[in-house]
Amino acid sequence: MKISKNVSISENGFIFNPTTGESFTVNPIGVEIINFLKENKTEADIKKQLLDKYNTDSATIEKDYYDFMHMLKASNLLDTSAE
Amino acid sequence: MKNTEKEKYERPVIKKVEAGMPNKFGLRTEYQPMTHIDGVSVHELAERFGSPLFVISEKTIRDTYAHAKRAFTLRYPKVQFAWSYKTNYLNAVCHVFHQEGSWAEVVSGFEYDKAIANGVNGKKIIFNGPDKSDADIEKAIKNDSLLHIDHLDEMYMVIDIAEKLKKKPRVAIRVNMDTGIYPMWDRFGFNYETGQAWDALNKIMFSGKLELTGLHCHIGTFMLAPYAYATAAYKLADLAIALEKKFNHSIKYIDLGGGFPSKNTLKGSFLPGKDANPGIDEFAEAISTALINSFSNPDKLPLLILETGRALVDDAGYLISSVIANKRLSSGKRATIIDAGVNIMFTSFWYDHKITPAQPFTHYTEDTVVYGPLCMNIDVIRENVSLPLLNKGDKIVIHQVGAYNMTQWMQFITLRPRIVIIDLDRTPHLIRESETNNTLTDLELVPEHLKKFEL
Repeated sequence: MKISKNVSISENGFIFNPTTGESFTVNPIGVEIINFLKENKTEADIKKQLLDKYNTDSATIEKDYYDFMHMLKASNLLDTSAE
Repeated sequence: MKNTEKEKYERPVIKKVEAGMPNKFGLRTEYQPMTHIDGVSVHELAERFGSPLFVISEKTIRDTYAHAKRAFTLRYPKVQFAWSYKTNYLNAVCHVFHQEGSWAEVVSGFEYDKAIANGVNGKKIIFNGPDKSDADIEKAIKNDSLLHIDHLDEMYMVIDIAEKLKKKPRVAIRVNMDTGIYPMWDRFGFNYETGQAWDALNKIMFSGKLELTGLHCHIGTFMLAPYAYATAAYKLADLAIALEKKFNHSIKYIDLGGGFPSKNTLKGSFLPGKDANPGIDEFAEAISTALINSFSNPDKLPLLILETGRALVDDAGYLISSVIANKRLSSGKRATIIDAGVNIMFTSFWYDHKITPAQPFTHYTEDTVVYGPLCMNIDVIRENVSLPLLNKGDKIVIHQVGAYNMTQWMQFITLRPRIVIIDLDRTPHLIRESETNNTLTDLELVPEHLKKFEL
C-alpha cells in the first residue's frame, strides 16, 4: 500500500491532499507510519519497527495498523491504482 | 530492549481538519487526566476493588452540604435539610448527611425502616410519597414522624389510624401548583389553583384529629429556574397566612422539597452544566426573599425545610471503568466499549456525563461513541464525545454519578459492582459489596417438575 504521490505531510503531522483540497492532522505515530509507507516499507517491516519502538504488543499493533490503513483509504490518501 | 525502555504507545489516528465547522461531538474538553480521586490512585482503586467501581467522596459531600447550608442560612434564619433517601440511600452516605445534621426524607416503608435502622429519631423523619400502607402510617404515627399527605384517601386513612391509636399525628399536605414551568407536576398532592389544597387544609383543621404542622411542595426535578421556587414559596405562604386568618393556626414549617440541579449537563444542552446551571445560592435567594416578603412577623417565620438530594450528592460520585475494546463503526466513527453499562449508569439516559481518562494522554482526540458492555443496543454511555485516544485496559473516570445511579441501578446481564467511600484522611472504605450469582439465585425457586432435563 502506498501513499498517494502528491500528498504532502509536514513533520508535525499536518497533511494536505491537493487533489481533494482536504487537510488532516495525524499524531506522531501516524506520521511515522505514513513516512514508512512513503519509503515503500512492507507491512511486516512497519509493524516490526513499531513493536520494537513502542511499549505494546503485536495484537494491538496489528489491530491499530489495520484500522489506520482503513482510515487512510477512507480519507483518499492511499494510492489504490496498484491494487 | 526491555519494555520499560520503550516509548509509551499511542494508537495512530487521523482527523480531518474542518476549521469552523460545528459538529455534535463538541470541542475537546479533557486536558488533564484524573489519576486520583481525593488523593487515592484511580488505578490502585480499580486493582484493589475491581472495575467498574463506584467511588464516593466524603469530602465533596460535606463541602457541598456546607455550601448549600450556608447559602440558605445566610438569607433565612430557620433552615433544616432533610436527606432525600431515594437519591442515594446507601447507609454510609445517609450517615454522612445525618452527621451533618440532615433529617431523613423518605418515600416508602422500605426507606422509612432504613432511616430508623440508621438511627434517625422518628420525629426527624419526613414521610412523603403516594403509597403508605396502614402499617407504614401506624409506625410513623407511633414514632411521631412528619406525615406528608398526598391524597384524600390517605388523609382518611391517617385519621382512621390516628383514632385507633388515640394519637394526634403531625401532618402536612403536599401541594402542587403552577409555577410557570413545564411540565407542571400535578400528580402528587393537592392542587393550589383549583382550591383542592385549601379544601384539604380545611378538612384537616375541622377534623380535629390531626395536627397540621406544615405545608409541602416539590415542583419538579433538575429545575433550572430559581423564580419557580419563589412562586412556590409565595403560594405556600399564601396558604399559611390564610390558615392563620381563618383558624388562628400557625404552621411550623414550609417544605419546598428538592429538585435543584447538580452541575451535570443535560442532554441537548448547548453549554456544559457547570456553566449553564444556576447555583444553589440563586435558589436560596429566590426562596428566602419570597418567604421573608410574605410573612409580616419576623418572630413567627416558619422553619424552611429543604429535601434537596441530587444537588448535594451528584458531584461526590465517580464511576471508575475500564476500556474493553475500541472499534470502528461503519460510519467511520470510533466506538469505545467500557465495562460499565446503562444498567448501573441510569443517568446516562439524561446527561452527557463528563468522562476523563485516568492516565496521561496527548492532545490528540477522536470523535467517539462510548458503549457499555451489555449486549443491548440501548447501552450507550455517551453518544458523541471527543475523547483522548484510549487503549484496551485503560481506565476512565465518569463524573457526577452520585445521585440516583446507586438506587435506580438494576441487575441486568451483569452483576452490580462494589462501592467505596474515600474518607477525609484519603482512606477508601468498602461500603457495598458486589453482587454474586447467589445474591440472585438464592431468591429463585425451581419447581420439582422442572428440575430435570436432558439435552
